[in-house]
Amino acid sequence: MGTHAPPAIRLSGLSLAYDGVLLFRDLDFETAGPGITVLLGPSGVGKSSLLRAIAGLTPTGSGTALVQGGISLMAQDNALLPWAGAAANVTIGARLRGERADPARAAALLKSVGLPAIEGPPDTWSGGMKKRVALARLLYEDRPIALLDEPFAALDALTRASIHALAARLLEGRTALLVTHDPLEALALADRIVVLSGSPARIALDETPPQRPYAALRDALDPAYRRLHARILAALEAAP
Amino acid sequence: MKPALSALAVLLVLLAIWQGVSLATGLPAYILPSPAETLAAGWVQRDFIAANALVTFSEMVLGFLAGSLLGALCALAMAAASPLRRVLRPALIASQAIPVFALAPLFVVWMGYGLAPKIAIATLVIFFPVAIAFADGLRRTPPALLDAARVMAGPGARLRILRHVALPAALPALATGLRLGAGVAAIAAVIGEWAGSSAGLGYLMLWANSRTQVPLMFAALIVLFVLAIAFSALIDLLTRRLTPWLKETD
Repeated sequence: MGTHAPPAIRLSGLSLAYDGVLLFRDLDFETAGPGITVLLGPSGVGKSSLLRAIAGLTPTGSGTALVQGGISLMAQDNALLPWAGAAANVTIGARLRGERADPARAAALLKSVGLPAIEGPPDTWSGGMKKRVALARLLYEDRPIALLDEPFAALDALTRASIHALAARLLEGRTALLVTHDPLEALALADRIVVLSGSPARIALDETPPQRPYAALRDALDPAYRRLHARILAALEAAP
Repeated sequence: MKPALSALAVLLVLLAIWQGVSLATGLPAYILPSPAETLAAGWVQRDFIAANALVTFSEMVLGFLAGSLLGALCALAMAAASPLRRVLRPALIASQAIPVFALAPLFVVWMGYGLAPKIAIATLVIFFPVAIAFADGLRRTPPALLDAARVMAGPGARLRILRHVALPAALPALATGLRLGAGVAAIAAVIGEWAGSSAGLGYLMLWANSRTQVPLMFAALIVLFVLAIAFSALIDLLTRRLTPWLKETD
């Protein structure tokens, strides 16, 4: 992965506005090394804008957003090319960089996400299949840092559970920053949960769950799980 | 019902109305020929009509090819470089503001009575819908696709993003522009012929009209109509191949 220092994201004194609305003021946040950090917050709090700023897609106001290590991005709507098949979608990054695509590696990755024989364009795939292809593309990019923007919204509960398990396994060893509005998704995936709330948003809670992954159904009776869940809900509601 | 069948049904109904009107009014053939008289005149002059139809069809095809190519290149140039966009966009709008009817005689003066001025007029007419539709398509790449492409491509990959993401995403818009262009190709060719020519269906119509051979004029008009429909259908068929991933929802 090239760099000597471990992959890291450091935001210091960051201000960020969208459409004239100040989303963040003087935000300090840091994550480094492997693990999934979940940014949890209500819709409209600015999580996606923050992720776009970290990805370098939006200019920031004052402050700095330092990213150490290459990034890959997985968007809520998958950002799959509607005209291309699965392998071409997985390898598009190589073509965009002017490199030669590696179809054998794409095929191996599609197999690793459970789609060894996928055919046709994205329109013909289920929501779960699209997620799996998007995950395969994330892995093909093979960056130390993965940014995931509400990646598993719009999936039914059962598909979601199986994709969560797959994603947690595939993201192992990477520095992942995942944005969601769903506390249960945060509990299912996070090594660390950061709750954003208010306007401009601030960090209302920064917790490392005692155990991971929590499975909502299996662990619902675990007192530690219930206490953490309650604290997350309280932090989400604590808007100034 | 299949589209071809319903089109045929509409055609038969129109022919029946036409025959009915000419029977009911009893108008002479030099004012309103009946379908039967038109068909007879067309059959007698079939070689004459066919030779002129070939000229008009050549003008349509060549004008369509040149207009589409120039229009697509103009849109690509605008997408590739923003200084070019600032120069070309007003030129594009201006090209549409020019009344082609007024220009057509000038083109004849400059290029003579042959194919060239007709192709030039058809090119000018077809250029605009293709250029504007494709340019809009290139500017409307879904933002999520562009974001993903920018992150994957890294800095300095504008042209590769254009080639691998924006261009394929704009193919449905290009297909629409091509279909619009195909629809006006016949009109453009005939405008050119009316401004000055010695061949073509437009020329044939004027020729027949000046000799009060109105049934022949009607026959030429019908052949022109069929040519226009057939050309549009052909382009429609070909442009569908540009966008095989799109489903028809009818």
